[in-house]
Amino acid sequence: MTTASTIKGAVNTDLRHDSATKHVSGRAEYTDDIPEPAGTLHAYLGVSNVAHATLNGVYLEAVRSAAGVVGVLTAADIPGVNDVSPTGRHDEPVFPTEKIEFHGQPLFAVVADTRDNARRAAELAKVDCDVLPHALDPIAAQDAGYPHITDNLTLARGDAAGAMPKAQHRIAGRMEIGGQDHMYLEGHIAFAIPGEDDDVIVHCSTQHPSEAQHMVAHVLGVPSNAVVVNVRRMGGGFGGKESQMNLFCAVAAMAAKKWNVPVKIRPDRDQDMTATGKRHDFVVDYEVGFDNDGRIEAVKGDFAARCGWSSDLSGPVTDRALFHADNAYFYPNVKLVSQPMKTNTVSNTAFRGFGGPQGVVAAERMIEEIAYALGKDPLEVRKANFYGGKGRDLTPYHQEVEDNILDRLIGELEQNSDYQARRKAIIAHNAKGGIIRKGIALTPVKFGISFTATWYNQAGALVHVYNDGSIHLNHGGTEMGQGLNTKVAQVVADAFQVDFDTIKITKTTTEKVPNTSATAASSGSDLNGMAALNACDQIRERLIAFAVENWGVAADQVAFLPNQVQVGDQVFAFGDFIKQAYMARVQLSAAGFYKTPKIHWDRAAGKGRPFYYFAYGAACSEVSIDTLTGEYRVDRTDILHDVGRSLNPILDKGQVEGAFIQGMGWLTTEELWWDDKGALRTHAPSTYKIPLASDRPRIFNVDLADWSENRELTIKRSKAVGEPPFMLGIAVLEALSMAVASVADYKECPRLDAPATPERVLMAVERLQGD
Amino acid sequence: MAVRHEIRFMLNDRDVSVSDLGASNTLLDFLRLDQRLTGTKEGCAEGDCGACTVLVGRLHDGELRYEAVNACIRFLASVDGCHVVTVEHLRGADGGLHPVQQAMVDEHGSQCGFCTPGFVMSLYALWMQVPEPTELQVETALQGNLCRCTGYSPIIRAAHAISRHGTPASDFLMQERKAVTTKLAAFDDGARVEVGPDDNRAIIPASVADLADVLTVTPDATIVAGATDVGLWVTKFLRPIGPAVFIGLIDGLKRIETKADGIHLGAGVSYSEAEETLTKAFPHLADYWSRIAGWQVRNMGTIGGNIANGSPIGDTPPVLIALDASIILRCGDSQRVVPLADFFVDYGKQDREAGDFVEAIHIPTSTEDWRHAAYKISKRRDEDISSVAAGFAVKVDNNVITEARLAFGGMAATPKRAAAAEAALVGLAFDATSFETAAKALAKDFSPLTDWRASADYRLKVAQNLLKRFWLEQSGSAEAVRLSA
Repeated sequence: MTTASTIKGAVNTDLRHDSATKHVSGRAEYTDDIPEPAGTLHAYLGVSNVAHATLNGVYLEAVRSAAGVVGVLTAADIPGVNDVSPTGRHDEPVFPTEKIEFHGQPLFAVVADTRDNARRAAELAKVDCDVLPHALDPIAAQDAGYPHITDNLTLARGDAAGAMPKAQHRIAGRMEIGGQDHMYLEGHIAFAIPGEDDDVIVHCSTQHPSEAQHMVAHVLGVPSNAVVVNVRRMGGGFGGKESQMNLFCAVAAMAAKKWNVPVKIRPDRDQDMTATGKRHDFVVDYEVGFDNDGRIEAVKGDFAARCGWSSDLSGPVTDRALFHADNAYFYPNVKLVSQPMKTNTVSNTAFRGFGGPQGVVAAERMIEEIAYALGKDPLEVRKANFYGGKGRDLTPYHQEVEDNILDRLIGELEQNSDYQARRKAIIAHNAKGGIIRKGIALTPVKFGISFTATWYNQAGALVHVYNDGSIHLNHGGTEMGQGLNTKVAQVVADAFQVDFDTIKITKTTTEKVPNTSATAASSGSDLNGMAALNACDQIRERLIAFAVENWGVAADQVAFLPNQVQVGDQVFAFGDFIKQAYMARVQLSAAGFYKTPKIHWDRAAGKGRPFYYFAYGAACSEVSIDTLTGEYRVDRTDILHDVGRSLNPILDKGQVEGAFIQGMGWLTTEELWWDDKGALRTHAPSTYKIPLASDRPRIFNVDLADWSENRELTIKRSKAVGEPPFMLGIAVLEALSMAVASVADYKECPRLDAPATPERVLMAVERLQGD
Repeated sequence: MAVRHEIRFMLNDRDVSVSDLGASNTLLDFLRLDQRLTGTKEGCAEGDCGACTVLVGRLHDGELRYEAVNACIRFLASVDGCHVVTVEHLRGADGGLHPVQQAMVDEHGSQCGFCTPGFVMSLYALWMQVPEPTELQVETALQGNLCRCTGYSPIIRAAHAISRHGTPASDFLMQERKAVTTKLAAFDDGARVEVGPDDNRAIIPASVADLADVLTVTPDATIVAGATDVGLWVTKFLRPIGPAVFIGLIDGLKRIETKADGIHLGAGVSYSEAEETLTKAFPHLADYWSRIAGWQVRNMGTIGGNIANGSPIGDTPPVLIALDASIILRCGDSQRVVPLADFFVDYGKQDREAGDFVEAIHIPTSTEDWRHAAYKISKRRDEDISSVAAGFAVKVDNNVITEARLAFGGMAATPKRAAAAEAALVGLAFDATSFETAAKALAKDFSPLTDWRASADYRLKVAQNLLKRFWLEQSGSAEAVRLSA
């Protein structure tokens, strides 16, 4: 046996994704790759082609008689409740019965022998409906008197109304912020296999197996214990699979039970993009009061969001927009109001950052306004407004910012990126008045970590140590590429001091860990890592007690060494030790549990500590724009990001890089465009343009703030990484804005809305030149 | 004419013959559903994400060449006589991971892993051709591959690291070249292939003459060249395409000839195949050419198809019209020459009768007194459809503009010359003012549409500004006037 001084795959070390070899060889199994038992049928959704209408009837004779069709499923076929609302608001029928609420809304499902036949048959329905006027965006919805789709939120502190008129300067403006499609490479899919009694097993691509389980049970009218949901891995999630798979799972399960055969449903990319929710578009009306130094005195913000036809997660999403409308800045007097507007569009949902990025973008717009009004570098304005100093650490939701590291982090990035000298050079370049203009921006992010739905901050894990010393790990988190399974397995390896490959990573299943939360809100490692550690600790305690009793040593004489266990003077190989524990009838399995401490939130009062801690980061981006066409390139980006004490620096760096590019895409080329009939016309990669390899910055330096350590007792003092770096992409928008501003000598804030497509950039240039 | 009722090809290490297929069967469905080779993924079914990338090897004048293609829009019938290589077939010298795969693992090039097999295949195709690629070459090869997780940097690092793990010379496909070449040559029995039921029949003519015969008998057949558009008719619109005539495998349509009077391109020549000849003769096309679609689509799609489908937003017509290209239309044994500018009659209507097919494209030699430019404007730099595309050619004689061809895509229902702007230019001095005058006149030429790619205002403004860019570039401005790759 080896007696290495450290284990392979310890925490805080670089370790490749556990499935990397399978990924590159095409052997990683996704839901659509699972072998189909003989007789498997395929379902497909039939959808509406109007945005808003009274539904009189759906005529399916032609569908039923189409080639290969076995049957159809309509609202009338739902054995349980016709609802898949994730928040229990009961406003999201699987299939509507009275009204069509958006273009592309699923109206029925058809089940056929092949997916191709089901797809073709789904086109043959006749829909009888009376078309109603529609409202597609939040302003049109407000104008039409549409309701809030869910209760709105107000955050207030100080006296914004009183302080605003007293400020030396005041600026009011509006910013439109576009939504974003997740464009996970693997679309939605569910594959249901019926069992005896009420049982059904659903393999699917979801971030939230427990919710899928509960929803399937709800729709089937059976207890949750009849339903098993399994997820080995997803081909990307990004929030798009937090609630949006409910419908697909329900349809597959219904069909599987009705015909007693396995049924798979997989929409094509266009249906995936038109029938499932996206990031919320926002229109933000802001007013900011500030002094001659650029210090903010008061902020008022009204955040109207395109929520779509049902509430889905729009309540917590629009809440989070307000939670982050301060970004990293102290607002002495503030009033923020959300307007979660019902619209006749697909119901918008979770997407990396969960409303937070829209809040942060609005905050940064206000910083820009101040900077251009005062003729200052926006970075100077940012620094003047960071949290910190006496009486300047309270957020608009009355949580104290206790862990701010931005002064150091921004200082280091400013230096390492040579920000000041480059900004000077850029201003000199622009002063020559050429066609190609440049811009640079250094923007911070502070992001609150925890689900604001406090009860979501719990997790479970199940760890078995088999009597040969091998370990089986299961936890409630799901793997969507972020490397969660790798990180949690590192925690387990560390706990038992065994090599990483001793641990078998298994699919997430509701059979092993119940009542889990979505793998979302960046919480995967924080929650599941701690739950797994708790399970390991229970087993370790039993093993130590066994050693104490068996060998008559004190507990402190038992030590878990790399792949060995020391008991007094004796050293056993881990497997041999475990075998002896088994023979002595020690329980070698444990269910772990964790709930995040300290957090509480009173939504009605708008006060509390919704976040356990904050994660920080900053990016500096330089861009060039073509003032004849609006085309642009990102010349360079430098990032310094805080992940606390990283569980796995290389995986965390991958998250930071990927999130930045995704955030950049959101703010640049990713544009959702609806036609006047309410149809989304950018519904596949041919029309919806996410960044390519050639869009990434020409120079791209990404570093983790390796000196940072979470001041809270998180798993190994690490910090969450999934969402916070998404907002680093804002540096690109701000840099584009500066390049545009150069055409009017930086005297006017360009008010560049997002996404800043080449068209928006050119039109902003034209607008500023015209003045 | 001998007729064969099955297709025959190599799939990884085995010979396959399939008779139970029609025109609309895709290679991807064949791989995933029939063969259970599930490493090849469906991400978009429209050739825009690259998750389905496979290699197709084919003999070109006896030489075996492998290309990265999109299996989702590649029709199964069109791999007759080819070698299809999927990710499952890759292996290293020791039977373990292939150098491409090893590099991707070492550089953490996968996160969710769903796009990964496609990236592996594109990088593999690049590495076989260019073992030590530049960053630009890597980015160009990956234009057709989307990754939503990594932000691409680790994949680019992997591309540069492949050669640390092996050389193309020791690659398994290289070592099997001779055997594969022999096998593919043996597949070629000179027969026409006809498979599938009447309403979904796929016909692969044996030669150009056979194609002419087929179209005489079946004048309404769908002509499929690279399938990069027709593929979507099937995967997106569920449209029947049978009977369909597959012309991408006809050697007689693959000729590229440079003669004294210009360049002749067979209608079946792909963008990739034409690139070297065209950009050598017309250097101004180099940047433009690499921005047509993504690499996989350039490997499949043909210039003939880009013209024949009559799209107002095809990338090649504006630049070819500016080059005064013409096309040779053939019907049976008769041929007629149509100036490309005249081929596009109206939206969805071309000067093509039933039974006609585009046989070749002729691009006349240019002279030094002509100034050329080609511009593409799109929301995203690469692998995007133009919001505006422009081809400019201006003849200058003693600093006076004597002729002008200003052709645009995305500005009207067809690719179209800007008659008013051209007229405004001719006779004027070759200077900035003249191009400002022409830009103003452009408003009379076009009333573009607003759609998801761009607004009417933006399209017109950009089109006008491109004339300004053209002048600035032609006048030798010291400062850069456009962004480089």
